[in-house]
Amino acid sequence: MKTIYKSAQEAVEPIQDGMTLMVGGFGLVGIPEQLILALVEKGVKDLTIISNNCGIDDWGLGLLLKEKQIKKMIASYVGENKEFERQALSGELEVELTPQGTLAEKIRAGGAGIPAFFTPAGVGTEIAEGKEIRVFNGKEYVLEESLTADFSLVRALKADTFGNLVYNKTAMNFNPMMAAAGNVTLAEAEEIVEVGQLEPGFIHTPSIYVQGLLQAEQEKRIERLTTR
Amino acid sequence: MTTANSRELIARRAEKEIANGDYVNLGIGMPTLVANYISPDKTVVLQSENGLLGIGPFPTEDEVDPDLINAGKETVTASIGAAYFDSAESFAMIRGGHIDVAILGGMEVSEKGDLANWMIPGKVIKGMGGAMDLVHGAKKIIVIMDHVSKKGEPKIKKQCDLPLTGKQVVNKIITERGLIEVTPDGLVLKEVFEGYTVQDVIDSTGADLKIDVNA
Repeated sequence: MKTIYKSAQEAVEPIQDGMTLMVGGFGLVGIPEQLILALVEKGVKDLTIISNNCGIDDWGLGLLLKEKQIKKMIASYVGENKEFERQALSGELEVELTPQGTLAEKIRAGGAGIPAFFTPAGVGTEIAEGKEIRVFNGKEYVLEESLTADFSLVRALKADTFGNLVYNKTAMNFNPMMAAAGNVTLAEAEEIVEVGQLEPGFIHTPSIYVQGLLQAEQEKRIERLTTR
Repeated sequence: MTTANSRELIARRAEKEIANGDYVNLGIGMPTLVANYISPDKTVVLQSENGLLGIGPFPTEDEVDPDLINAGKETVTASIGAAYFDSAESFAMIRGGHIDVAILGGMEVSEKGDLANWMIPGKVIKGMGGAMDLVHGAKKIIVIMDHVSKKGEPKIKKQCDLPLTGKQVVNKIITERGLIEVTPDGLVLKEVFEGYTVQDVIDSTGADLKIDVNA
């Protein structure tokens, strides 16, 4: 049995100023909505956030950005988030832009006990500056170091009381690797079921990676509603 | 600036680079349009780097699922035979050489096939997203873009001035003016599109072009 928190506020209680957090999601899809809101409310600051994007102006990690609670952002995409771009250009926010596949692999490696790996992504660009380059089979690769976090905040469709997780469609994205790479992983699930209710063959994140659970309804804002 | 018409022309020409049975990644923006023109005679599986293999058509209003998007964050559907997976798996597919064709947008391309498409120092930071991984992983890299900038300056140049996405990675460039192949001997103009002459393309390109256009 894992700790099941009664509120998001209770779940984020041990998160302190200056910590490094991984936050799941791609755009607004698969973000732990209530845990992020609780971080905003708690007012915890000087955070290093590892997440593919940084939300939008008024939702997701964009809320932490607006309140200047983030010191450093490790992400692959700024896109249309104007406040993210403004803080990055003005130097208010430290930004480490990382190729998306490298970011995913850094997190995977962090959770898997691999300190570093070689990848072709970024060779010959400013991403590779100051990093070791090595040639394998005539092709250049750059050495990238893995990432871990004090806390990982992930979002699942279902959790069981042991902490096994199942994700919904493309809301999976970075969540499984982050679950493994957090020293403490808090999973926000749309539904928590009794242990035994999830089919063992269809579990995405095994319970060993999860320390705390929160059941919370999700607003699931749509960034770009596109219909035919 | 390309018009809606020329964007369609570029997308339709890019579609011809896709073979039956290919697994294809389409970048954000104009490349996404290519999906609209894939011939019904071809079975093509579209990969979305946020964790979907098998992008289907845009949903009807009833079908919209906020948990199902493409890499451009647009709501989509999953096609028959689709699969969902995490981001590490997604980029294993990409880096591991399993994607047949990647079609990306570009800010600048050099005569050696260098690509710049993720930032303008001091002005614009878009982020590279998955582009830096894609350009090293996919078997064929096609850049589709306007031939010249909004100011009318060439975007195909001897060297890129903007920060690179990848070095010597582009195989073909398709613009509203023509199709250019990147070869070990430099850029080769293979096709010129309606409304333009070979000389127009030469004049609006900032690098040397070899001409191999069938009349």
